[in-house]
Amino acid sequence: MLSVFTGLADWLVYRMLGLAPDDKLGDALHFFVEDVTKIFVLLALIIFVIGLLRTMLTPERLRGLLAGKRRGPAYLLAGLLGAVTPFCSCSAVPLFIGLLEASVPMGVTMTFLITSPMVNEVAVVMLLAILGWKITLLYFATGMIVGIVGGLLADRFGLERFVEDYVWKIRMGEAPAIEADTSLRGRIAFGLAQVREIVGRVWLYVLIGVGIGAGLHGFVPQEFFAAHAGADNPFAVPLAVILGIPLYSNAAGMIPIVEALIGKGVPIGTVLALMMSTTAISLPELMILRKVLKLPMLGLFAAFLAVAFVGVGYLFNAVL
Amino acid sequence: MKAIKVLGSGCANCVNTAKLVEETARSLGVEIAIEKVTDMAAILGYGVMSTPGVVVDGKVVHAGGIPKRDAVESWLKA
Repeated sequence: MLSVFTGLADWLVYRMLGLAPDDKLGDALHFFVEDVTKIFVLLALIIFVIGLLRTMLTPERLRGLLAGKRRGPAYLLAGLLGAVTPFCSCSAVPLFIGLLEASVPMGVTMTFLITSPMVNEVAVVMLLAILGWKITLLYFATGMIVGIVGGLLADRFGLERFVEDYVWKIRMGEAPAIEADTSLRGRIAFGLAQVREIVGRVWLYVLIGVGIGAGLHGFVPQEFFAAHAGADNPFAVPLAVILGIPLYSNAAGMIPIVEALIGKGVPIGTVLALMMSTTAISLPELMILRKVLKLPMLGLFAAFLAVAFVGVGYLFNAVL
Repeated sequence: MKAIKVLGSGCANCVNTAKLVEETARSLGVEIAIEKVTDMAAILGYGVMSTPGVVVDGKVVHAGGIPKRDAVESWLKA
């Protein structure tokens, strides 16, 4: 099915523009055309289909689902809900406060905050389409485990004390009952609105990601990565994680870079560590969380994730 | 005169929502007093976690995302 996009890129770059496949520019341009079309079509399709099925898994409803659950199931549920909710990071603060206010434990809330940006339907479908089910499953499972372990640790060490004091004083009003339109037409309208909103939010990251991917693919020789980011370089994984911390992108924007790096023979653990670190830890995200978390907690949050991603990277490189 | 509050921390969607409400009110000739609520405690006080939210005469009518124009019209006409 995805060969349509290869065909399109073949036609445009080799036939219409007359570039040769062994030409660096032609190769890079081919990657760019193929990935831009493929990723935008996939992205729109995924968001639309999920939008049809979900119509309104709102933060208000999420809070209702998590409130009053026993801890064990709550962690798993928080991780899974993090995976299926596409809330943008600007919803992170009200959601965080709302969950704590509903007496959802801090740890469960942290689990949600960790898995939400990292594991989602977009990442899963794109990894599935481009890298196959094994890597997808590994990515999903480790994302969930990192989120749940992070939450458990936050709970174990009583990190509630690092939540800003004003958060505990907020009292929430009764959640408004806003009925969703669940007719087929309502669902389609909701799905389309979601596509517009999410694509509008991420398109630039996707273009930049594909641009970087195309540059790596066409112009950086394989030997460069073999020399610097090969399996025998023990620093490659931590370096990938550190590189990803200040950078921010979303899963859709990281896919072309992941694809290009794996194509160049960079070990999968190293590449996934970079992807996780870029999507889950970033300066803008930390600045948003700073509104509800004290500085030491942000440090612990970033440090835990960094260490976890390095571990994940080494593990995958050793196993695969 | 309807009292409209737009709940939101100042994100682009919230600004656009306020603009949409103002424009719609003008085209319908309905008089409104619009207020932007940016204080998180106040927003959560309305039970709204997904911004932007819209409150008409003290009642929450919308939460999450920019509302549709015909929805806005129905609030203003009611």
